[in-house]
This record gives sequence, C-alpha cells and structure tokens, in this order.
Amino acid sequence: MTTMHLVPLLLLVTVSAVEVQRPRGVPLTKKHFYAEGTPFTCLDGSRTIPFDKVNDDYCDCQDASDEPGTPACPNGRFHCNNAGYRSFFIPSSRINDGICDCCDATDEYNSGATCQNTCKELGRQERESLYQLAEITREGFMIKQQLIKEAKKGLEAKKSKVSELGADKKLLEEKVEALRTVKETAEEPEKVAKERHLKAWEDQKAAVRTEKDNARMAEVFLELDDDGDGFVSVTELQSHTELDTDSDGSFTETEAQAILGGLDEADPAAFQAAWKDIKDKFISEAQAPLETPHSEAREPVSDNDSEHYSEVEIPEEEEEDDDLEEEEEDDDHDEADFNTPPAVQEKVDEDEGTMPPYDEETQTLIDAAQKAREEFDTAERALRELDDQMKNLEKETSSDFGPNAEFAYLYNQCYELPTSEYVYRLCPFSRVSQKPKYGGSETSLGTWGQWDGPEGNIYSVMKYDHGMGCWQGPNRSTMVKLKCGKETVVTSTSEPSRCEYLMEFTTPALCQDPKTLDHMLHTEL
Amino acid sequence: MAAFPERMASVLLLWLAVSLTATLAVDRANFKSCDQSAFCKRQRALKPGESPYRALLETMELTNTRLTLQLKNDKNKVRLLLELYRLQGNITRVKINELKPLKPRYEVPDVLIREPPTEPLSLLSQDENGVVLSLGVDSQRVIVSARPFRLDIMQGRDVLLSLNSRGLLAFEHLRLRKDTFFTLITSTFASVWDIVKSVLSRQADGEAEDASLANEEEAVVNEKDEEGMWEETYKSFTDSKPNGPTAIGLDFSFPGVEHVYGIPEHADTLRLKTTENGDPYRLYNLDVFQYELENQMALYGSVPVMLAHNAQRTTGIFWLNAAETWVDISSNTAGKTVFGKMLDYVQGSSETPQTDVRWISESGIIDVFIMLGPTPNDVFAQYASLTGTQAFPPLAALAYHQCRWNYNDQEDVQAVDAGFDEHDIPYDYIWLDIEHTDGKRYFTWDPNKFATPKEMLQSLMDKKRKMVTIVDPHIKVDSNYKIHNGLKSQGFYTKNKDGGDYEGWCWPGSAGYPDFSREDMRAWWASMFAYDQYEGSMENMHSWNDMNEPSVFNGPEVTMHKDAKHGDWEHRDLHNIYGLYVQKATAEGLIQRSGGVERPFVLTRAFFAGSQRYGAVWTGDNAAEWGHLKISIPMCLSMGLVGIAFCGADVGGFFKSPSSELLVRWYQTGAYQPFFRAHAHLDTSRREPWLFGPENTALIREAVRQRYTLLPYWYQQFYHTYRTGQPVMRPLWVEYTQDPATYALEDQFLIGRDLLVHPVTEEGARGVTAYLPGKEEVWFDVHTFQKHNGAQNLYIPVTMSSIPVFQRGGSIIPRKLRVRRSSTCMEHDPYTLMVALDPQGAAEGELYIDDGHTFNFEKKEFIHRKLSFANNILSSLNLSPEAQFSTSSSVERIVILGAKKPTKATLRTADGKSSQLEFDFDTATSVLTLRKPGMNAGTDWSVMLQ
Repeated sequence: MTTMHLVPLLLLVTVSAVEVQRPRGVPLTKKHFYAEGTPFTCLDGSRTIPFDKVNDDYCDCQDASDEPGTPACPNGRFHCNNAGYRSFFIPSSRINDGICDCCDATDEYNSGATCQNTCKELGRQERESLYQLAEITREGFMIKQQLIKEAKKGLEAKKSKVSELGADKKLLEEKVEALRTVKETAEEPEKVAKERHLKAWEDQKAAVRTEKDNARMAEVFLELDDDGDGFVSVTELQSHTELDTDSDGSFTETEAQAILGGLDEADPAAFQAAWKDIKDKFISEAQAPLETPHSEAREPVSDNDSEHYSEVEIPEEEEEDDDLEEEEEDDDHDEADFNTPPAVQEKVDEDEGTMPPYDEETQTLIDAAQKAREEFDTAERALRELDDQMKNLEKETSSDFGPNAEFAYLYNQCYELPTSEYVYRLCPFSRVSQKPKYGGSETSLGTWGQWDGPEGNIYSVMKYDHGMGCWQGPNRSTMVKLKCGKETVVTSTSEPSRCEYLMEFTTPALCQDPKTLDHMLHTEL
Repeated sequence: MAAFPERMASVLLLWLAVSLTATLAVDRANFKSCDQSAFCKRQRALKPGESPYRALLETMELTNTRLTLQLKNDKNKVRLLLELYRLQGNITRVKINELKPLKPRYEVPDVLIREPPTEPLSLLSQDENGVVLSLGVDSQRVIVSARPFRLDIMQGRDVLLSLNSRGLLAFEHLRLRKDTFFTLITSTFASVWDIVKSVLSRQADGEAEDASLANEEEAVVNEKDEEGMWEETYKSFTDSKPNGPTAIGLDFSFPGVEHVYGIPEHADTLRLKTTENGDPYRLYNLDVFQYELENQMALYGSVPVMLAHNAQRTTGIFWLNAAETWVDISSNTAGKTVFGKMLDYVQGSSETPQTDVRWISESGIIDVFIMLGPTPNDVFAQYASLTGTQAFPPLAALAYHQCRWNYNDQEDVQAVDAGFDEHDIPYDYIWLDIEHTDGKRYFTWDPNKFATPKEMLQSLMDKKRKMVTIVDPHIKVDSNYKIHNGLKSQGFYTKNKDGGDYEGWCWPGSAGYPDFSREDMRAWWASMFAYDQYEGSMENMHSWNDMNEPSVFNGPEVTMHKDAKHGDWEHRDLHNIYGLYVQKATAEGLIQRSGGVERPFVLTRAFFAGSQRYGAVWTGDNAAEWGHLKISIPMCLSMGLVGIAFCGADVGGFFKSPSSELLVRWYQTGAYQPFFRAHAHLDTSRREPWLFGPENTALIREAVRQRYTLLPYWYQQFYHTYRTGQPVMRPLWVEYTQDPATYALEDQFLIGRDLLVHPVTEEGARGVTAYLPGKEEVWFDVHTFQKHNGAQNLYIPVTMSSIPVFQRGGSIIPRKLRVRRSSTCMEHDPYTLMVALDPQGAAEGELYIDDGHTFNFEKKEFIHRKLSFANNILSSLNLSPEAQFSTSSSVERIVILGAKKPTKATLRTADGKSSQLEFDFDTATSVLTLRKPGMNAGTDWSVMLQ
C-alpha cells in the first residue's frame, strides 16, 4: 500500500518541474517518437504516416499511437500531465466526452464541458495524506517493534510455562491417584451404613401404612354399618353404588354378596377380607360430590376462605333425611378422630416421607467419605484446568502469528464495530460474528480459517469460514482485510456478496518499515 | 446485509410452502394442467365432429361495414350472434357472442389502438347452403356455410384458413344456477316448464320489435351441470364461480401449413409443437419459480397471436381474449419422418399437410382477427395496425444494463460504477431491485442504505449514466404508507369476491393490488411518478415493473384469485391484461413527469397483446444454465413475431451462478439481443464483469463494446420497428420465406435484415455451424471481412472470443467505433459506414438520428437517410425531407466490403464542392477503406469510385 503511493508521487514532482512541447496526450517519456515535421512511424512499427496525420482525429495506427490526443482510436491512451498532482493515462475514449477526468482539464479541450484545474488541490491533499500515512506508518512500525518484542517475550514465557506446567501436571496426577484411593476407601463403609439406615426407614414406613389402612377400614365399616348392628349387610353395602363390581350401573345383591365373601352380612373380621377389594373404590359420603346447593344457601357465602367449610356443611344438613343425621354425627365424629380431611391426610403421608436423620455413626462415615470426595474432585479439576491451560498454550505457541509473531497480541482479543443494525465482532484467530443491536441472537460469520492474502503479502488478509449456513446459500464467511494503522480497530464491514462478508481492520502489526518512505519524503518534497 | 435472509425467511418459506420445494426446478404440481382446469377439460373433451351450430342465413344482415347473422346450437338451442368485418389492410375480424346473454360478457378494452377501420364486404352469391362474400383483395373470398356452420377463407381455389371446420366451436352461454328458483323448477318439471317459459318469452319478445325472430326462438336446453362449472377447487384454493361456466372455444385449420409460431410466452422451441400427446400451450400470466425448458406451461406473459407459414403465404390469428387460454395444435404431418413425407411425394399422396389449431378461453367472447398476410411483413403491419408498434425507446435503453438483486447501498452503486470505469467497460443503466426500498414500499428509499438518492443519481448523471428502480404493483398494507393510503381512500384496490379489498402475500408481507383496469386508478398511479411525489427521483431514473402477473405468493398458482373483482368484472375475465395495465400506467407516469417531453423506459415481466407500446420485456427468472442461454433465442424470437421487439433475457442467468465460460457466452449472445441486461439473484455470488480474471474481463469488455459500436444500427432498427411492427430480432424465415431450411432455425437469428448472428451456446464449443441463407446472396464475417456464399451451412471454428456475426452483402450498416463510457457520451461521435456489396456490386441501408431521448421525433425532428451504393457511387438521400434535425456527427470512415480497388474516390457534398478522399485497399480481403471523408452525417453527399 505504502510504496504504491510513493512511486507516483516521485513522478509527479519530477514531471511538474518541466514543461515540454509535444503532441497532445503524449507523455514526456515518449516525446522523442513524435518529431514535428518528420514522418511518424506507429510505435508498433506497422506503418509510417506524414506527421500531419498525428492527432488528426483519424485512427491510422493499429496501436493507436498516432492519436494520443484524440478519441479516434478505440484502444488509445491519453496522458494527463496533471502538473501539481500525479500524471496518469486515461483511455482516449474519455477525451472530449464531456466528463472531466484529468485534474488539469486537458482531456476536455473540445467538448464544451467546463472543467476546473484541480491538480494543485489534489496534490496538496495527496501530500497531506502521504504525510499522514508516513506518520501512521512510522508510529505503527514503532508499535509493531514493541509488539514483536512482547510477542517474543510472551512466547518464551509461554513455552517455559508449558514445561513448568508439565512438571506440575505430573505431581498433580500422582496426587489425584492418591486421593482416588482415599475416596474409594471411605466410600465403602459409607455405603453399607447408608443402606442399613434406608432399610430401617422403609420397614417403619410399611408399618405405618398398615396401621393407617386398618384405621380407615374401621372407619368405613362404621360408615357402612348404617344400623350400627356391628355387621355390614348386603343392603348396607349396596347403598354405595360406586362399589358396583362390573360398573354397569346396577349394584346387585349378588355382587354385594360376592364382595362380602358370599355372606349376607360381615362382621369386622369378615369385612377385612372384603376391604382389600373395595378400598380403592369406596367413596365416603362425607366426601361424596355435592348436589346442587340451594341458592339461598349460597347467598351468605362470602369469598372468604375461612367460611368455605360452612358452605359444605349447610346443604348437607338441609338436604339429608333426618335418618341420616345421626350418621352425620358419626361422620363428624370420625372426622374429629382423624381430625383431617383426606387431602390433608396425604400431606401427612408426605411428611412421613422425610427420612429421619442418620444416626451419629452413619453420619460420621458419610462426612468422612464426603470430605474424601471433595478433595479428590478438587484435585481432578485442577488437573483438568492445568491440562486445558497447557493445550491452549501449546495451540497459541504453535499458531502462525506472522513472520515475527507481530499478530500474537490479537490472540484472545475481540474488536467490535457497531453499525445501524448490528454489532460486528472480530475475535482474531477465533471467530467473527454479528449481533442485532435491538435484540436477536448472534450469527456466526465464520471461524478462523487461515491467512489468505495474495502471494508475497499473505498476512494482509484473514479468512474466516464455516459460519452459520445461509438459506439456499453457502455458509457465511468473512474476509478481513488488514491495513497498517496505529490503532487496532475494525473500520468497516460490508456484505459484498450474499453471506460473504468483508471487514477492514487496522493494526500496527501490518505497518512496514518506513525507512524508504522517510527517505523519499525528505529528499523529494 | 445478512439481515435479509432472516427477515425474508418467512416470506420465502411461505413461497416455498406454496411451491412445496426448494429444488432447482419448477414444481409442476403448483400449476394446473388442462385436466385440472375445469373449463379446459370440458372443452377438450369435445372431439372433432359435426358441429351442432348452424348459421341462420335468414337472419343475415349485411351493412356497409359488417355482416351479422345468428348461429344456433341445435342441441341446446342457444343462439349466438356472428359478426364479420373486413378491416383495412387485409384483415378479417370474426366476433361471436351470445345473441342475448343474461348479462354482458367481457370484451377486452385498451388493446386495440382504435376501432379498426372497416372496408365494405360484398355479397358474391347466396343459397340455402351458405353465402360467399368478397374480401376485395386478390380474389379472396369468405364462404359461410350454414349447416353445419363453418367459415372458409379462400384465395382462388385454395383454402387459406377454415373456422369450425372440425366442429369445435363451443360457447358456454351464461345461465342461472340450478339451485335458483327457476332452474330448480326446470329440473323438476323440465318439459312443462319449457313450455311455460317459451310462452312467457314469446309474450315478452312479442313486445319487442323483432317479432318474427322471437317466434322462431326455442327454449334453451341447459346441459347437465358438470363438476367444476359452479365452483372449482385446486389444491387448497376454491374458485367460486358465480357466473357458472362461461368458456369459449373454436378451431382453425391451415391447409398446406406445417409451421406455426408465436403465442408467447413459453420456454419452448420457436416452431410450435403439436400438443396432442400432452397439454395444450397455456396462456395465463404466472410467476413460475424456476421454470422448465421445452414445455407448454404458462409463463409471465401472454400474447394470443399465432403465425402460420409456408412457402407461399404467412397468415396470423389474433385471439383477443384476456382470460386463461389454452391452445391445442395438431398436424397431419406431425410424426411423419422425412422419409415418410418423401414417400408421400413420390407416390403422389393426395394428403396435403395441414395444421389444426384450437383455442379455448375461460370467459369473454370470441373475437378473432385473421391477418391474411400474405408476407410476414404484411402480417406484422396488420397486427401493428390493430395493437400498435414497439414504443421507440430512448437510445440509452438499447445500451448495456447492469443489474443485480441487489446493489446494497449507495456506496455499492458507486463502487460498481467505478468498477466499470476502471475496467473500461461501458454501461448506461445501473439497476436497483426491491431491497432499495424502505421495507418493500415502492416509491420509497431505504433510509440507511439509500439516504441521499439524488446525490447518487446526480453522480451517475455526471457520467452521463442512468438508473432504473423497481416499482412493483403489490402495495404494502400499512397505514403509514402514502401509496397505500392513497389507494385505500380512493377505493382503488382490487376487491375480493366479498367486496373487501383483496389482500395477498408478497414481498412486503400483506399487500393490496391496485385495480389497474381502472383508468382513474392508472392516472393516479402515473401521478405518483411526478418528481415531487416520488421523492429522490430524477430525470435519469427510469422504471421496472416486476411481479405484475400479478404474483400473489399465497394465491392459487401464485397469482390472484379468479373471483376477485375489478368493478363488475371478475379477475378471471381480464387476468392476462393486468400486467399490461401496470406497465402502461408506469410509462404514462414517466412521460407525464417530464411534461410529455421525454420518452419513458419501463421494463415489464408480465405482458399481453399491445404491451409493446409501453416498453421492454424480459424473459423473467431464468437460470445460469446453458439450456437457458439457448432458449433465450426462441423466446425472444417468438415475442418479436407478435410485436414485442424489445426483448431480452437476464445475462448470466438469474438463479444460480454461471461458470465464467457460460457468463462470457451469455454476454456475447446478449450483446446481440434487443434488451441487454445482466441480472443475478440475491443468493448468487457477485458477478460484475471484472470478477472472473483479466481474460474473461477482456472478453466481456469486447462483447459489450461490440454492442456499443452497433448502437446506430440498433437505434435505426428500433425506429424501423416503431414504424412498421417488424421485429428487430427476427427468425430467418421472416426474410427467407421460401427456404424451408430456415423454418425451424432457432440457434441463430437476424437483427433487422442485415446482420446474422449465430451465438455460441454450447459449453466447450470448438465450432458452430451457421446457416447462411439466400441463394444469390453473400455474407461477410464482420470481424474478418471474409466473404461467404449464401444457401450453405458454414462451419465456423470458434474460440472464447468468437461471436459469429455476418453482414449481408447488399447492406450498409452505420456504426460508431469510438466506444465510450456510455451511449450518451458517444452522441456527437462520427460514424463509420460499413458497406457490404452484393454480387451485383450494390448495397443499401439507412441512417436514423435524433436527440435520442425526447418525443421530438414525433414532431419531425430527426434525420432519416437512405444510403445506397450502386454503379460505384455511394450516396446519402433524405428519406424524410419534411423532417428537421441537425447533428454534429460526421462520417469518419467508409468501409466497403467486397470492393474493387479504385483509382480515385471523389466526395461531393451538399454545397457542390468536390474533394478527393484518401483510401486504403486490402487486396487480401477486398476491403476498401475511405479515410476521413468528414462530411456531416445529416447532409446530402455522394462518393464516386473510379
């Protein structure tokens, strides 16, 4: 980049120094081919024509050399002197086309276009930007030297760190093995004790369940024994239609009898045999679904929760036959005995689910095993971290950070550029991504691929590929063009082709030795 | 920006859901076959046989301008009214409508440029079997046969064309639905009701003037309802058909004809194929995603015009109907091998070749223009007298166009513009596709990417270049959008069947579709192009109408529901003309914004008969495949035959990415086709001409430069087509009507009469074989000046730089060899005249010059000269002495191909002065180059060779 700008600068300065008469459009270097008054030979030697046919607006030479100052030849080149700026060639088709191309306006001599001579201004701007570029290059190159130094230091440090870590790793591995043994030894008695404790708890729970079931059976027996004669009769059983064996809607005597083991009535002992069959189906009248309550009964009900139970009781009292009132009392009584509605009862079951604390002996064993485990885990984690650290370091030290590792400082860094819609993020040697500014997930525009500059300047372009796939298209990829600059910064992003991104990035690491530049600036300007 | 895929994913997915596929081929399942289109199936089920129609000769009335008589269907008793006109210029018009339709049937407006002037018909003879009328020209007669009805056009003893000779006239009359009161009774007490009704109708008609006619009328017998007559479901779409069955059909026979052409748009051969073993050719403007080659499926546009040709005569049929239309073609010689045909000949088989054609349309009336030629140019003139000619484009529009979906932002536009200068490739227009808008709101700009459109346009103008922005007819439903609000508040949207504004899904999401069939709506649309309405627009910005079939992503067959309403008419009636109206309104807008001064340039994808009057057409979304490059030739040739001269295909192919070889070959082909634009899909890699290495850049540069050197010829050709209707890009048979070898040629073509182009369209080609026509003719290779005899197949070895092009001996072609950045930059440049002598040493040509962009040529501000070379004198004569224009262009060079070496060349100019010209003579090629004569191109002059 730098040198490309400098060569023409040299030219412009020399050319502007002298003004020599020659045919229009001829550069000084070719002046000697065009000798006034002598026949002109086309520069390709194809033919010789009288001199008055040079620039006579008719193309005689195949190579266009007879018409350097007119648009007559399709392949001609016109030389803009551009005194005060860079001289250059334009295609002769741009002569007198009404568009100003040469800053000295010499290309529009017969088109009616009014072109200003802007060469001085352009020259000034060019020199200014060259100075700036020189300045940037100089400072950038200084920074670069520092970067190289640091990179070298860093690299050595990292290499020694790797070998250092290698030694640590060996020790750590031994430690992990030792702790593993300790852990396993402690876990054995812990396991036995824990199992013992668990079994005791299971046994206890089973006992409680049996006891509860018996209590419920008694309650149900009492509920079913309407006449309180100590027997549950077939008729009494039939009042609970939910117990219908075949659920066909009619709970027959035979079915009821079958439940009672063929008996007409069952005493508590006989009932025990039937209980198994009916306990899952049985619905206590106290919890049976309510009939539509009377509206006047609802009226006083407020939203207040505390009054909710009264709503349940009121219709019952009013609806049921007098005969049943006693039973209701029984129900109340039963309820009082259990003192909790079934729903709450279940909760108690859950409460009972909490295993009692370990006995002291078991707890001691557990604590010991836990301690061994934690120590082992800590050691193992440390080993893993160490391993990762080593791998990262090895990867870093073996990466291509440029001829003098001047790009090493970019490793593990990220640089962002917000645009109107997105924030673009470049993490050199890692990835490029794009995140919508106003919400939405991040899109990968590629992961680090390789240096991809042209031959001889391979470190001028980074290529990131295999980003997120595009609909009906390729995976996203990003080309990062590097430029010399004092700052390390992403200067622009674009998507020239669908899902192929272009990013411009300045870094001092790309700044070339400014010696040549300095030399030229000082001697030529 | 990458936001596109995310933002558009839903739309695209929806589109995909409609097309059910992401593969790179059209999904035929999304588009109807004839069997899936109830009316086509019904009509096609009718087989040739005796027609139930008979002409009631006693009803015949012959006035000075027309003949009318009634036709009666003996089966259903429905009466039709036949009108027959003899039109000026050897055209016969046949109209058939119901005598008394329940309500009016749609007759296509706005296609004919005027009510065609008539000429008197005279009755030659009449008996109970029919009548014979004279057509005035060349003993041409029309014979109307009564029973069954048929119509024959004769010349001498030859039948040129017959109508209903196969008895396929079918006219579904309007009827009441069965479940209505009357028809319910009819079906229950059919016979009784018939009597009652006929009595009623007699009484009613008795009050009418024509009592005698009424007495003969019998009650109509309705055919049994068939499936699909009153409602039709295709995929998930139901077409309510409040008018019931309304289809029409008619057959035409061309005795002695084996070649028929036209009825675009189809991705098919130039010569139309017979359709007996497949679907008929379909004309129904559709947005077909990734269309297939070589088939009869409908595409974006429709021109219901067919040409029939044999060595003696060319005739044409113009079927003026804008509803969905199918065309069946059969031939008695199809399928016969050359040997079989020879056998017929040797054995004296009496069978004359014949081509039979059958047209079927879903609604409207039969309105046919029979263009009787007899030459192709006569047919072009006849069709032009009906529908007008190609709009004369601004000169720049004939130059090269650079397009892409999408140039991302102003910087991108600037960079591409600079790229052309850097690589010294000329271009005139850079195009912006839908992404330039603010959220697909046409007439707006994306505020971030195109923040200062006028600055952008000004910088293009500074380089004498222009821009095209897209304006599609689907309007985002958004109450903050001026265009939507304007349409909504004025009730300008097309309505759905229930009377609400029709809404469909397209690029912007939910969108309304302006009712372009309304003149007041079109006037309003046109006014939106005013510089103060279309903010950011400037005079170097022109327009492009895409998606105007109209494309509706969630509509049946990706278009509008047929039962949508345009006033009293259904969309069904006028579907195929919707796109024409969009382009018409847009072109009007561009004209109006300049106060009627500037010629507009508008590109359209959908088109119809008459679309040529409004601008250019391109072949839609093709693909970067060799087959698509090849098919671009027959597709544009077919359009040219039916008036649409300004045709082109996306150079490079729209979908997919071309290889560099394909891209170069496409540039080389496109440079010699009328509309020359590169375009590419959003998902493809960038393909500006310089992105394929210096060699390919040079090849593309050369192809584009060749186009620019020929712009004077292209311009003159467009002036010619504007005047005559003759296509610019022509099949060879149009000029070599007697030569059967030319009849099916579609890998080469003519530009005007004088340039023959045989593009290289084969991958890896080492050579092409071009057919050079004309027994007495010679052709000159335009690159080497080598002379070749006509009437031969010439093998031409090719390299990547070859574009085989030949200039006809006997022609003079003006060129401008100083290729500059844009055509406008070349305005004042001098001409080079390429004179190619015929074997008799003569040549002729024309030169047309005007300001290149205004309508002032209509006010006779132009130069039109005839250039002729005869008896060793080349002279320029004024073809339009009444016209006034001056040019600063001179003639810098005259190149005479096939010349003899003269001893001197004397120029005589208008002021009577003579001067001797210097010259070069190349004996090897017999090319004489006269150096720098320098006379003004617009004046009288002559050069004498001695």
